[in-house]
Amino acid sequence: MKQRTSIIGGFAAIAATFVVFVIPFLFIILMAFKDRQQSALRDFSWPNGFHLFDNIFEVVKTRNWMMITAFINSTLITVVSVTLLIVFAAMVGFVLARRKTRFNGLIEFLILAGLMIPPAVVPTIWLLQGLKLFGTLHGMILIEVAYNLPFSIILYRAFIATIPRELDEAAVIDGARPLDVFFRIVLPLLWPVTVTNIVVQSVGIFNDFTNPLYYLPGNGNATVQLTLYNFQSQFSTAYNLLFTNILLITIPPLIVFLFFNRQIVAGMTAGAVKG
Amino acid sequence: MTAAAAPALKAQRRSLYPSWFYAPAAVIYAVLFLAPTFASLYFSLTRWSLSSAVFIGFENFAQFFREPFLIQGLVNTVVYAAISSGLKVVLGMLLALMLTSQIMGRGYLRSVIFFPVLVSTVGVGMTFTVLMHPTNGMINEALSLIGIKGPGWLVDPKLALFSVALVDVWKGVGLATVIYIAGLVAIPKDYYEAARIDGATPLQNFFYVTLPLSRPATATVITLSFIGGLRTFDLIWAMTKGGPGFASDTVASVIYKQYQAGFYGLSTAGNVVLFILIAVLVVPLTMFLNRKQGFE
Repeated sequence: MKQRTSIIGGFAAIAATFVVFVIPFLFIILMAFKDRQQSALRDFSWPNGFHLFDNIFEVVKTRNWMMITAFINSTLITVVSVTLLIVFAAMVGFVLARRKTRFNGLIEFLILAGLMIPPAVVPTIWLLQGLKLFGTLHGMILIEVAYNLPFSIILYRAFIATIPRELDEAAVIDGARPLDVFFRIVLPLLWPVTVTNIVVQSVGIFNDFTNPLYYLPGNGNATVQLTLYNFQSQFSTAYNLLFTNILLITIPPLIVFLFFNRQIVAGMTAGAVKG
Repeated sequence: MTAAAAPALKAQRRSLYPSWFYAPAAVIYAVLFLAPTFASLYFSLTRWSLSSAVFIGFENFAQFFREPFLIQGLVNTVVYAAISSGLKVVLGMLLALMLTSQIMGRGYLRSVIFFPVLVSTVGVGMTFTVLMHPTNGMINEALSLIGIKGPGWLVDPKLALFSVALVDVWKGVGLATVIYIAGLVAIPKDYYEAARIDGATPLQNFFYVTLPLSRPATATVITLSFIGGLRTFDLIWAMTKGGPGFASDTVASVIYKQYQAGFYGLSTAGNVVLFILIAVLVVPLTMFLNRKQGFE
């Protein structure tokens, strides 16, 4: 009896989630296969012909191959800022977890402030202009590092607290220099939480729309999220191209999801359970 | 340990955990986050053109509470955050209960509910803008098949903000769900055992065991989604640009619009208002949610 209700419930849940969560994605895929005329109807119908490759080619070459530039820029920003984030956040998390001083309270306050306070946009632009970093990839990378440090530090600190301190001291007794203790002994042990960090932060930075909009203006500086606006105009939108574009920029997160599902969930739920 | 060895050990400890490890993170964070935040306190009191700033006192803030469309943006921000975080708590909890039970297809369910969290917000916003079109949109076409005349989701000023909040829930409920799942599986089975011996009904089980013991998860979901809701910009910008009129403007979209219009002082005042709004609402909320409960 119980078994049967759970089977019926299972079917109902699968059907409901299919309608709510899967159909919007199927709609994106179907639209990406259509030609411009059919896509203008915006209905949930089978494509009249196979136009996916034409659409992809069209999307990629629009506005002087902007998509290529955008993918290069987004990849550069993501890779470099995540690398910096990992090294800098691990260093802070390490010392913060190991050394108790009267500054720890202040540092934790700053971390929480960084998670809560919305960045002051125009003063940041003003400052970036003063530093000659406004509208440059370097500036964008440093901004992403600054905004995402608090979250990475929290992940690292929690994990480092579980590694016994005796390990550091044993390494010193065996003759390791202080820097080696961190870079050659502790950092490799942090690999699981590093993977979590890489996955969560790279998805977030790759999908970031607001910060590049403010701090990285100009066509040469386009990032992938901004390419979505290429096919929208006040009077006519090329829906087949718009949805092909959405499909293209959904592929990187999809790949990450397929391979690192568990790490993403671990990272995003960190800190939720302890009370 | 002798008295002479102690300082030596202390010095060694210090070099093991050197203060300069803080330096790279501290410099980037201080220059690019803290400095602009402090500067915003001053520039919000000025009429500002990036090259020159004229001090005008609290005029920008006065304008924020005088102009009807700016006040509406303020109200909208709170309404949006409340709707989206409220729905995420309720739906996230229900989905997590479902996914921790012996239901068929758990892996599939968990994946499809969670995947939208990772997708581009702007992409999701544009997709739903098409789906929510009053006459051509798939949602209303589906509703008309079963004889319901669908509303003008994004074009009805009364409904636009709510529709965007619904899409926010669609995209974010997966995160709430996985947080709740982590919270639910951490509840020791003994409690349910004891409740069963006392003859608790499933409903009592939920209200007297599950709900109180998943409080940390609830606190996390509410805090995360409420802060996120107050700060939301990209989804609103992708779907309505604050329209129709100013019906779905939030403080974050006002900040962007004032920046585009060149009113840098007013835009920065918007930043400060948003900051104060978050501090005033979120700090008491987290204190309330994280307070120690009496029943232990």
